[in-house]
Amino acid sequence: MNGRLLGILADSFPKILIPGLTRTIPLTAISFSLAMVIAVAVALAQFAGVRGLKQVCRFYIWVIRGTPLLVQLFVVFYGLPHVGVVIEPFTAAIFVFSINEGAYSAEIIRAALESVPVGQLEAGYCVGMSYPQIIRRIVLPQALRTAFPALGNSLIAMLKDTSLVSVVTVTEMMMATKQLNAIYYEPLALYLETAFIYLMFCTVLTKLQSWGERKLSVYERREAAA
Amino acid sequence: MTLDVAGITKRFGPLEVLKGVDLSVAQGNVVAILGPSGSGKTTLLRCLNFLERADGGSLTFDGERFDLAHMSRKDILRLRRKTAFVFQSYNLFLNKTALENVTEGLVTARKMNKADAVVKAERALERVGMLDRKDHYPVQLSGGQQQRVAIARALATDPEIIYFDEPTSALDPELIGEVLAVMRKLAEDGQTQLVVTHEMNFARNVSTKVVFMEDGAVVEEGPSQGFFENPREERVKAFLQTMERTP
Ligand SMILES: Nc1ncnc2c1ncn2[C@@H]1O[C@H](COP(=O)(O)OP(=O)(O)O)[C@@H](O)[C@H]1O
Ligand SMILES: [Mg+2]
Repeated sequence: MNGRLLGILADSFPKILIPGLTRTIPLTAISFSLAMVIAVAVALAQFAGVRGLKQVCRFYIWVIRGTPLLVQLFVVFYGLPHVGVVIEPFTAAIFVFSINEGAYSAEIIRAALESVPVGQLEAGYCVGMSYPQIIRRIVLPQALRTAFPALGNSLIAMLKDTSLVSVVTVTEMMMATKQLNAIYYEPLALYLETAFIYLMFCTVLTKLQSWGERKLSVYERREAAA
Repeated sequence: MTLDVAGITKRFGPLEVLKGVDLSVAQGNVVAILGPSGSGKTTLLRCLNFLERADGGSLTFDGERFDLAHMSRKDILRLRRKTAFVFQSYNLFLNKTALENVTEGLVTARKMNKADAVVKAERALERVGMLDRKDHYPVQLSGGQQQRVAIARALATDPEIIYFDEPTSALDPELIGEVLAVMRKLAEDGQTQLVVTHEMNFARNVSTKVVFMEDGAVVEEGPSQGFFENPREERVKAFLQTMERTP
């Protein structure tokens, strides 16, 4: 490796990392948080069998899971302005990612809710709890514990998928790399550098995921606490 | 407290599971329900606590009469808060410690303050001999210990009656004794109980009354003294003989 290349890499590292910290990470964090709110609501509406709402939820999941994320981004970013709805790119990206991830996570959480033994619900009724109390205190905590690893994987996948928003003019890491490449024309080195930064981010998330799993598994460990 | 059930019926599709069962339990009594598997014993208990909705029949609880087929949500909640249920498979809340299992019904359902609930729960755990395991999660307890915590959970709410659905049937034989001992102690303390069981010794020595069910109906009932010595019905006699032979 020659000195020029090293210089380019050193120069571009912060120029890629900073959009990562100011765009990629916030986009992922905000979208995933919103997606969780959507997912829990959509999963619960189906689990509780709220009439009418259930069909709406199935339709939402069907549409979102049946269309590519990139197409969804294009619809919101290029399609909506055409009919007069202009959304700022970063906001549009958050919107699409939340809605998209919400649909997938809703299915994960719904399956987890259904895996909670019905005896847990019945025991709740028998100690005099109401349905909402049982859901909040007994069923949902157990379901979220079950869903946690799968949701963690979704979060990691989403972080990587944010690279797609470079095509809708959000200057995140991928876009920054493209711009640097236009200056230096070192595609292999620059894209590998970007890959490396993604890898670092994902490594942190993976660590957080296993830490969270350990924390959450207290009630599944056979050996006693004290 | 008195519990009077009259003409309770329940069907699952074409299957008539309860064909008009009458039953009464008086204050401080322990009533044992015996009968072959599939005779509707579990369904009967579940209807009494509204885990299943009966098709017909009435329930008189403390002088207040309810139409089982048309219960309001409010009455269901109110009645459930006066009763407790112990399941064959314990059904402890898996995400809660033994202590939290017992306080849950007090704090969440009955809005008792946390500190009072803990005192009450610890007293209940003490009564079933599980106080030293109060911070254990269900997976960290044996079946017998889980069932004793489940009984403490039932007790803590001061229920006027506790329904038990085969509380020892899921247990390894060596763990059955500890649970029956707790139930016997409760009986001595005057706790009203309605117990579906296959434990003949419990039915004979602890219960005050025995009800024999078969095929969705009560075939015979009477004070437990005498019931085992001279059952009137042939099929009851035959059933009791089989039960006595199997350990
Ligand atoms: N949820 C249900 N759906 C359909 N059939 C049921 C259901 N629960 C119980 N049954 C049937 O009702 C009958 C009585 O069952 P159950 O009350 O469990 O009897 P027992 O407790 O005396 O063994 C059985 O034939 C059983 O298969
Ligand atoms: Mg049964």
